[in-house]
Amino acid sequence: MKLMKRRHFVKKSTLVYFSALLGTDIIFGNLLPANYTPLALQDPDPFKLFHKDSQMEILNDKPWNIESKPYLLNDAVTPNKFMFIRNNGIIPSTIDVENWSVHFNGESILNEKTFTLNELKSNFKQYTYQLVLECGGNGRNEFNPPAKGNQWSTGAVSCATWTGIRLKDVLDAVGVKDDAVYIGYHAADTHLSGDPSKEPISRGIPMQKAYQEETLLAFKMNGEDIPLAHGFPLRLVAGGWPASVSGKWINRISIRDKVHDGAKMGGNSYRVPCKPVEPGEKVRDEDMCIIESMPVKSLITYPKTGAIVNLGETLNINGHAWAGELEVKTVEYSIDFGATWLKTQLKKPVNRLAWQQFSAAVKFPEKGYYEVWAKATDLQGRSQPMIVPGWNPKGYLNNACHRIAVKIS
Amino acid sequence: MENQKKSKLHFKAKRNLFYGIGFVFVLMVGVFIYFLIDPALFVSNADDTEEPIYVDKPDSKEEEYNKVTNGIHVRTGLMAADGFMTVVNNCTNCHSAKLIVQNRMNEERWKATIKWMQETQNLWELGDNEHIIVDYLVTNYPPQQKGRRQNLENLEWYALE
Repeated sequence: MKLMKRRHFVKKSTLVYFSALLGTDIIFGNLLPANYTPLALQDPDPFKLFHKDSQMEILNDKPWNIESKPYLLNDAVTPNKFMFIRNNGIIPSTIDVENWSVHFNGESILNEKTFTLNELKSNFKQYTYQLVLECGGNGRNEFNPPAKGNQWSTGAVSCATWTGIRLKDVLDAVGVKDDAVYIGYHAADTHLSGDPSKEPISRGIPMQKAYQEETLLAFKMNGEDIPLAHGFPLRLVAGGWPASVSGKWINRISIRDKVHDGAKMGGNSYRVPCKPVEPGEKVRDEDMCIIESMPVKSLITYPKTGAIVNLGETLNINGHAWAGELEVKTVEYSIDFGATWLKTQLKKPVNRLAWQQFSAAVKFPEKGYYEVWAKATDLQGRSQPMIVPGWNPKGYLNNACHRIAVKIS
Repeated sequence: MENQKKSKLHFKAKRNLFYGIGFVFVLMVGVFIYFLIDPALFVSNADDTEEPIYVDKPDSKEEEYNKVTNGIHVRTGLMAADGFMTVVNNCTNCHSAKLIVQNRMNEERWKATIKWMQETQNLWELGDNEHIIVDYLVTNYPPQQKGRRQNLENLEWYALE
């Protein structure tokens, strides 16, 4: 009997695994014949499942969280295969594109209305922008004491091309009352516990961000349908803010007369202490503030760390820099741990909220171990710190300088 | 006379057969309707009484399933120390053990994490298991001092062409 129960448990776990992969309960799962694997899961390799490069790092498989690496992010426009995946819940398994609709409601809406996806696409003008989406917890793994959550290193950032309609055009169409404060999104992903009454994540943005020209309801990424893991068929994209506000699989937008109070809007989620705190300090709920624009940051995407270069040769480095709502003014580099800094060539952004490319020809005076550090400064004069910035309970906003190791032989 | 008797018997046999088939048919319809109404109950009943069909995955063999290699529980990646099966059974139903293995917290913060999961993520009351779980986590996944910036580690040196 004990054996039977254990085997029953084995079978159930296998089904839970299938279900997690498919993102749905397998109805009549107990009746699956022996040796049968659901068609969609015959290839459980996550890299193939999500069309990701095999050098990407899987941080979590339930829910799926997959990180990129600096040297994989060398493209000015991030291709899907190198784009990080961050999920709070289970990816929806069935997407009915033809009947997909988005309901607009909330306390501060004038005319509650539902648009089908096709109506949104055809009734409103379409725009395309390159937009930086960076996870609020990118760089979490450096905080001390350690912060809770997926331990992102440097690869939870991307800048893809997003095509869609402006959220503001739809807001104008439905009408917004003067007392509107925030919009909140709702989506088709499901809670990890399987509880259908719970949303895994339902965040939002203040009206000012909602009305920005670059804030899109997007249905294309890099010119194609958005990949399932990134929000197919419709994603809210609000560049420069923690990527969690860019909700995936959107099916409802609420115009709120207060700060949206959906899942992961409160507590320690995507919030940091309003005033600086001692590392490890307990922070009261009312002393936490919602993260808005992400801070200035840069990434050396070429060469890969660990390069051995001959003395006398020039090392060409390049990478990206971004600064949330702001533009990056300069990117400098140092080969002597910040004692001296030299300017890099920095390009203008293709559009607001896109990352900018920097490059430099680096020379080394003698043989030995070096680190090349990059430091970006935004238009308001704020730079990246060389050490890990202010501690916060969930380890958000680590914009410390990125560096690569180089040996001159 | 004999023939009459024979055909009477024949008729009886036919009738019995007809009733039999009818009974089996009604029974099947009944079972089918029952199955439609509550398939889960139907299956779990079957599971308890008879040897059920299992999805035959390679790791589903008894000894393979909870295999421990070099002190690591292969299926979850958790350290196979005191209390690890309690952690497997209570902490990997909703999320992957990969989330546990990545994190380093002290007792107070592991407890706060459990409380947060109970308040917002539908984690059940752990009862006596809570101290087993927290002890396991604090012993095997304690915080490490990292300072303000660590050295670059695990470098793979290569000649840049």
